[in-house]
Amino acid sequence: MCGQCGCEPAPIATPVATPVATRPRRLLNLEQGLLIKNEEQAHRNRAHFHRHGLLAINLLSAPGSGKTTLLEKLVATWPSPPVGVIVGDLATDNDARRLKAVGARAIQICTGDRCHLDASLVDRAFSQLDSQGMNLLVIENVGNLVCPTAFDLGEDLRIAVLSVTEGEDKPLKYPALFKTADAVVINKTDLAAAVAFERDHALANLRAVAPQAQLFELSARTGDGLGALQSWILGQLVPRS
Amino acid sequence: MHELALMDAVQLLAEREVRRQGASRIHRLQLRIGSLAGVDPDALQFAFDVVMAKRCSEGATLDLEVVATVCFCSHCRQDFAPRDVIYACPSCGALSAQVLQGRELELVALEVS
Repeated sequence: MCGQCGCEPAPIATPVATPVATRPRRLLNLEQGLLIKNEEQAHRNRAHFHRHGLLAINLLSAPGSGKTTLLEKLVATWPSPPVGVIVGDLATDNDARRLKAVGARAIQICTGDRCHLDASLVDRAFSQLDSQGMNLLVIENVGNLVCPTAFDLGEDLRIAVLSVTEGEDKPLKYPALFKTADAVVINKTDLAAAVAFERDHALANLRAVAPQAQLFELSARTGDGLGALQSWILGQLVPRS
Repeated sequence: MHELALMDAVQLLAEREVRRQGASRIHRLQLRIGSLAGVDPDALQFAFDVVMAKRCSEGATLDLEVVATVCFCSHCRQDFAPRDVIYACPSCGALSAQVLQGRELELVALEVS
């Protein structure tokens, strides 16, 4: 185009770059959540799990609280096996092997240096899992009381584990995890006497910090008290659609 | 612990917005951090200095708005600011698990040119 009648292409105007220093500053209001991508994926995960008739549990604690031993017992005694497990650790597939040995369908996520699982890691792991015939999926998070708390994985329930060897005041020192938990398990009760665990003090701290949480006291090693936790989980199962 | 990863997410969001708006530099970045968000302001400032010291955000400054925790007492039907990690209503003493604010983690605004 000549600019008037369209007879030939108009010359492409060369953009004149405004010198950076003279461009006016302006404020862009964004109000955007930093974890929005994770939250959207978590929402998709939750819907996906429900379509498969799965109740999803996010199991969290400090390293060494006994999450894997608890899971081994839960898997071995679950009335409608198999149980699906996604397990996160910084390194090794030891936990997945332990859980497979008791009948779980387990996928290990090695997070490398990442301190928590996120919803997209869980989505990728779940795609490798055959969920046929399963009604329970447990996601064993990286042992960490701080970072995993902020990341929704698409779970229905959060269960926090506190072992008697960690001290009665842990809920006061690390309140964030306990405040977002649907249930708290006090584990290793078989060691309570040996470490002079003050049960009443611990229960009072938990009730004060996490009044919303169901409390269970058990020993994953001996199996004592495990039945109450299992019954509670059974009561939360997702109806098959 | 994951402040660096968070700041990477901030930079991705910010650079995308800069391109979309036809700008070329970020001068100031404003974040809103809830006191329950599990993020340490000093660690976040450190992560900001590391992550933003490149490309279009070099020399940018960080404004952190820290949001205090506010809970709701369902007995008194009122909001309250808890004094510590035990969220007891100052009027009736009932414990609350309803957090109205304090979990924010948001990129509020960017100053660009």
